[in-house]
Amino acid sequence: MKKLLSILAVSVFAFAANAGTLDDVKNRGFLKCGVTTGLAGFAAPDDSGEWAGLDADMCRAVAVAVFGDRSKVEFITTTGKSRFPTLASGEVDMLARNTTWTISRDVNLGFEFVGVNFYDGQGFMIPSSLGVSSATELDGATVCIQTGTTTELNLADFFRLNGISYEALPIETNDEGKENLFAGRCDVYTTDASGLSSTRAAAADPSKWLVLPEIISKEPLGPLVRHGDHQWGDVVRWSLNAMIIAEELGITSENVDASKGSNVPEVLRLLGVEGSYGEMLELAPDWAYQIIKQIGNYSESYEANVGPDTPLEIARGLNALWTQGGILYAPPFR
Amino acid sequence: MNEITESRKPPVATTGILGWLRMNLFSNWINSLISLFVLYILIQFVPWILNWTIFAADFKYNFNGEQIINREMCSRVLDPENGGACWAIIYVRFYQFMYGFYPRDEVWRVNLSYAMLVVAVVPLLFDKFPFRKHFLKFTYIFPIIAFFLLNGGFGLESVSTNKWGGLLVTLVLGCTGIALAFPLGIVLALGRRSNLPVISTMCTLFIEFIRGVPLITLLFFGMVMLPLFLPEGVNMDGLARVLVAVTLFQSAYMAEVIRGGLQAIPQGQYEAARSIGLSYWQMNMKVVLPQAIRISIPSIVNTSIGLFKDTTLVIIVGLLDLLGIGRGALADTTWLGLAYEVYFFVSLVFFIFTFAMSRYSLYLEKKLKTGINMGAD
Repeated sequence: MKKLLSILAVSVFAFAANAGTLDDVKNRGFLKCGVTTGLAGFAAPDDSGEWAGLDADMCRAVAVAVFGDRSKVEFITTTGKSRFPTLASGEVDMLARNTTWTISRDVNLGFEFVGVNFYDGQGFMIPSSLGVSSATELDGATVCIQTGTTTELNLADFFRLNGISYEALPIETNDEGKENLFAGRCDVYTTDASGLSSTRAAAADPSKWLVLPEIISKEPLGPLVRHGDHQWGDVVRWSLNAMIIAEELGITSENVDASKGSNVPEVLRLLGVEGSYGEMLELAPDWAYQIIKQIGNYSESYEANVGPDTPLEIARGLNALWTQGGILYAPPFR
Repeated sequence: MNEITESRKPPVATTGILGWLRMNLFSNWINSLISLFVLYILIQFVPWILNWTIFAADFKYNFNGEQIINREMCSRVLDPENGGACWAIIYVRFYQFMYGFYPRDEVWRVNLSYAMLVVAVVPLLFDKFPFRKHFLKFTYIFPIIAFFLLNGGFGLESVSTNKWGGLLVTLVLGCTGIALAFPLGIVLALGRRSNLPVISTMCTLFIEFIRGVPLITLLFFGMVMLPLFLPEGVNMDGLARVLVAVTLFQSAYMAEVIRGGLQAIPQGQYEAARSIGLSYWQMNMKVVLPQAIRISIPSIVNTSIGLFKDTTLVIIVGLLDLLGIGRGALADTTWLGLAYEVYFFVSLVFFIFTFAMSRYSLYLEKKLKTGINMGAD
């Protein structure tokens, strides 16, 4: 009986999930995209109230793919704890909320990560005056740690593995971690390396702070959708891939119009001059052209939001293309 | 010996500034020490704070006279020794702090609602207000008008609550919570004291359950659990869910505050009301509640202030209230690191509202003389 009930419940759920997010989004007239309440470089409101950042660009790219209009998106702010229920309940169509792709989130929580838009890793930041050069020397340190995140678990693993002890100072937000570290209430602040960069950039004198060389975890951050709606998953996945492929092919928002006359077959396929890839996705033929035109390729988005010329100064590193020493790699567009 | 003796002046040491100082600040050596210590602290900090917040601060331009558009242009970043607060972040983002992401073309609706809020509340607060009766009629329909004005409908473009933010969200949560919780609290308080066991048990259970969990738990329940119980596609508005949680929470506290007032009313009042033939509701509305609420004013204001500040917890469920907008501003790479300015501004706004509330309660207490012994009245 119990089994029957659970099968029933699952099938009802699956039926509901199959209702076609793409059609819902089209009917509604705008995309609902879950972002953070504010994380430097990834999603934060600018002075005019427009959301800006790598994740915000991801949301806009999907909106452009569906509607051809970067403004057809409503940003819904979510916290580390509210993001998954918000997605599961259908309140948002997708999350682009620097969320780490893990097996339990992908499988057990019933979501589908469609790709990686930023390869991050957990690091440590300390005051230079601490005189420590490696994280393994941090025995007995007080560590500021954001609760409810994968960083908390990684930290415990790392210290246990190295047989050293630590005292955790639980915090809720990045700001809190920043203030606690600057005020000396904790010796170490640990979070994703991108978060550490923004913390360091906000310091009165960045040279007084040191990011230790150890990166203790893999944190592939990427957009995710609900399980079971593959059509919609494909739309989000290929919106991201289109930006990466555009960088591989050297197409930017500036030369995209000229590229339409290119003689490279993949360029023509991507821009919708040849083939019917838009039709396959049930999108306009020029969906990828519009993404590149209105948002830019991956590199443009990266440089504008988190790159070396921004206050965050995050080098491309792992996020460089596979041809340039990184691991950013999109399947071929054919 | 009938000549009138001229009354002698009080000793110099007890009058004037000197006298006041001696009576109040230097009456014995412990007081003197404490006074000197406090004076020392004030001398140390007040000039520094004034200098940082006002005299050395940037408002729109830095010390070079350039308009500030990012953190690097703030005087205190250019010259950490002499620069004061960099209020440009507040200046540039003032719109967001007040209205969140409300569309700029529609913002008159928020402004109109703010103005109507004043018209609706001020006559309610001061009973000598001219034509108060007519204004109060407006007070009753104000929530409905404000709802449609802010949310849209009747030809106005719909503005989803996701776009609301800043002070708007704080005020909507605070005002609705306080306004709805008051009648609910009265009903719950009367219910808990009811002679009917079913009603009193239900009210007691409700109050004890809600008071037994922190507000944040209720917010999570509203935000995270509720959508899972609703069928997919049926979405209750996020702000509405939080409003329900906040109102339930506040009503439980309000009920206990009012019950405290009810318990202070002597039994004789009830008996007297009954003996002249008043019904249960007449007795409560005309005799008991007016007295009970009068005694409860300080506590009612106290919990209301508490609620107003607790509304900042909604950041946890992803709503950007005044504090949330502030944090968002700090996450913008243009302004990264101006935390002091943002938090100072946010606390100042909260202080203005809560201080006004506490002053009003003092005024009310004085007017109604709540201090008198009700039993001996």
